Amino acid sequence: MPAMTKKSIALIALIIGAMVIPFIIQNEYWLHILTLSFIWSIAVYGLNILAGYTGYLSLAHAGFFAIGAYALGLLTVKVGLNYWVALILACIITSGIGFLIGLIALRTREHFFAIYTLCVGYVIYLVIDKWDSLTGGVRGLIGIPAPSNIGPISFQSATSQYYLILFFLLATVLVMYRIVHSLTGRTFIAIRNSEELAQTIGISTMKNKLTVFVLSTFFAGLAGALYASFIRFIGPDIGYTAIIFDLLTYLLVGGIGTLAGPVVGTILIVSVSQSLQFLQDYRMLIFGPMLTLIIIFYPRGIVGMVSEWKMKWFNKKKKTPAEKWKSTYSDSKDVREDKVKEG
Amino acid sequence: MLIETRNLTKQFGGLTAVKDVDFEIEKGKINAIIGPNGAGKSTFFNLVSGSYIPTSGQVIYRGKDITKLPPNKIAELGVARTFQTTNLFEQATVLDNVIVGHRLRTKYNLLDAVLRTKRYKKEEKKCKDKAMEVLDFVGLTNITDQLAGNITQEEKKRVAFALALATDPEVVFLDEPAAGINSGETEGLAELMKKMVKRGITVCLIEHKMQMIMKLADKIMVLNYGEKIAEGSSEEIMNNQDVIEAYLGGDASA
Ligand SMILES: Nc1ncnc2c1ncn2[C@@H]1O[C@H](COP(=O)(O)OP(=O)(O)OP(=O)(O)O)[C@@H](O)[C@H]1O
Ligand SMILES: [Mg+2]
Repeated sequence: MPAMTKKSIALIALIIGAMVIPFIIQNEYWLHILTLSFIWSIAVYGLNILAGYTGYLSLAHAGFFAIGAYALGLLTVKVGLNYWVALILACIITSGIGFLIGLIALRTREHFFAIYTLCVGYVIYLVIDKWDSLTGGVRGLIGIPAPSNIGPISFQSATSQYYLILFFLLATVLVMYRIVHSLTGRTFIAIRNSEELAQTIGISTMKNKLTVFVLSTFFAGLAGALYASFIRFIGPDIGYTAIIFDLLTYLLVGGIGTLAGPVVGTILIVSVSQSLQFLQDYRMLIFGPMLTLIIIFYPRGIVGMVSEWKMKWFNKKKKTPAEKWKSTYSDSKDVREDKVKEG
Repeated sequence: MLIETRNLTKQFGGLTAVKDVDFEIEKGKINAIIGPNGAGKSTFFNLVSGSYIPTSGQVIYRGKDITKLPPNKIAELGVARTFQTTNLFEQATVLDNVIVGHRLRTKYNLLDAVLRTKRYKKEEKKCKDKAMEVLDFVGLTNITDQLAGNITQEEKKRVAFALALATDPEVVFLDEPAAGINSGETEGLAELMKKMVKRGITVCLIEHKMQMIMKLADKIMVLNYGEKIAEGSSEEIMNNQDVIEAYLGGDASA
C-alpha cells in the first residue's frame, strides 16, 4: 500500500532529522530545551495511553513523575546504586505505587476519578515536601549522577544525553504504537467508548484499566527518573499540581488520543514558551486563549487538525466511485495475500 | 431450556422494576419479552447479563448459578447482548468496532502486543477473521471500512448484532433491535434472527413491534409493572385477557 510506505518514509526522515539535530543546532541551550521536551513527552505519552485511549483523566501524574525522579535520586545518591539498576528500580517502584493507587482510584469514574487523582497527586507532593529526612524537603536533592557509562559510551556531554533521551522517547513511541495497534489497544478504546458495552463483550474492565494505569505510571516514572539524571537536581515542585496541568496542556494542544500528539504538543509548547520567556507569566495570556480555541475547534489537537486537513484535501483530489471500488478491492486482495502467506 | 430465572426480583429504592419473575429461555428458539414502557424488560436483561445484581432470586444458565457473576464472565460463558441504544465507537470503522468482540476468546497479554510475538499475530488474525465472518453473516461486507458514525441506523443495528455474535455466543439478548427503523428493514432484521437460530444460536428479544413479535417468536413472556402476567405462544398471548387489559389500560404503546 503506497500510503503505508509514504508514512514510513516520513517517519524515517523524522528520526534521521532528530539524529542530526545536534549537528545543526550548535546552541547548547536549545539542545537542552529539546532534550527536556523529549523527557516531558515520555510522561505525556504515559498520560495519553490512560486519558486519551482509555478515557481516564489522571491528575496524579506529576506525582508519579516526581516518584520516579526521587526514586532514582535517592537510590543513586543515598543508596549509591549503579545508575542503570536505579533507573529500572525507579520505574518498578513508580509502577508498584501506581498499582496500589490504581486499585482504589479506578473504583471511581470521570470527574470523580479526576478529582481523586488530583488529591493523590497533591498528597504525593506533600509527602515529598514534608518528609525532610528522606527527601531533603524544600532543599531538594542534589548531586544526582548522570547516567553511568555503558562500555565505552559515556553520557557526560549534552549531545550524548540528547541521544540517550531520544532513544528512550523512540522506544516509548514504539511501545505505544504497538499497543494502540493491537487487541490490547482496541480493548482500551472499547473501554473509553463504553464500559458497559465493553463488559458485555467479555472484557474485564477493572483488569484492563489497572493494566493501563500501571503502564502509564511506568512511563511517568521513567520520565521522572530521566529528568533527575538530566537536571542533576530535584526539588518537590516537580511533583506540584501545576506540572500536571502543563502536561495536560501539551497533550491537549498536540492531540489527546493520537500517537503523535504528545511529542508534537510538548515540543511546540515548551519551545514557544522558552522563546516568549521575556513575557514572563504574561505568556499565559497567549497560551490560555490558544488552548481554548484549539479545544473548541480541534478537540484532537494539532495532530487531529492536520489529519482533518489531509482528509479534506484527499477527498477533493480523489475519487471517482470506480477508483474507490478499485482501492477497496485491492485492499481486500492484500488481506487475502497476507492470509496465504501466514497460512 | 438454556436459561432459567427463579423468583428474579430487582428493586431500585422503593420501586420494584422486576418482581418474582420465573422464566425459561428455550434452547434454539426465538424467545420474546413484551410489555408496556417501564415494564422492566431492559432491567430483566440487565439481570440476566450480569449488569445488575438482583435483589433476590436466581439466574441459572445450563444448570449453573450465574446470578452473581460479573458481565464479562457471563459473556465468556456464551451469553451476549445488545443495548436498547446502540453505542458503537463512531470514529472507528465498522470492522474495527467488531474485531474487539472476539477478544474474550483470545489468550493474549500486553507483552505479546509490545513484542509482537507469534501469539500476537495468531490472535490478531483470529479476531479479524471472526469479525469478517460475522460481518458477512449480518450482510455488511460492503461497508467494513466505513466509519461507524457514517452508516445508517439499520446498519448500526446489524453492526451491534455482529459485535454480539463475535463473542461466539450460545444465546443473544437483543433489546429492541427494531426500534427506530422502518418496516422493510424490520423484515430484514427478523430474517437475520431466524438465520441466527438456524445457526444454533438461541435468541431472546425485547420488542414493541407486535406484528414482528407475533410472527417471529416461538415463546413470549409479557411483563407489566415488573410482573409476569402471561407466557406462551403468540396465539395464547393474543387471546389472553390480562394482556389485552395491560395494553389497553396502560398507555398503549403497542
Ligand atoms: N438504574 C436504575 N435506577 C433506578 N430505576 C431504574 C433503573 N433502571 C430502570 N429503572 C426503572 O425501572 C423501571 C423499569 O425500567 P426498564 O428500563 O426495565 O423498562 P423497559 O420495560 O425496558 O421499558 P422501555 O420499553 O421503555 O425500554 C422503570 O420505572 C425505570 O424507571
Ligand atoms: Mg427498555
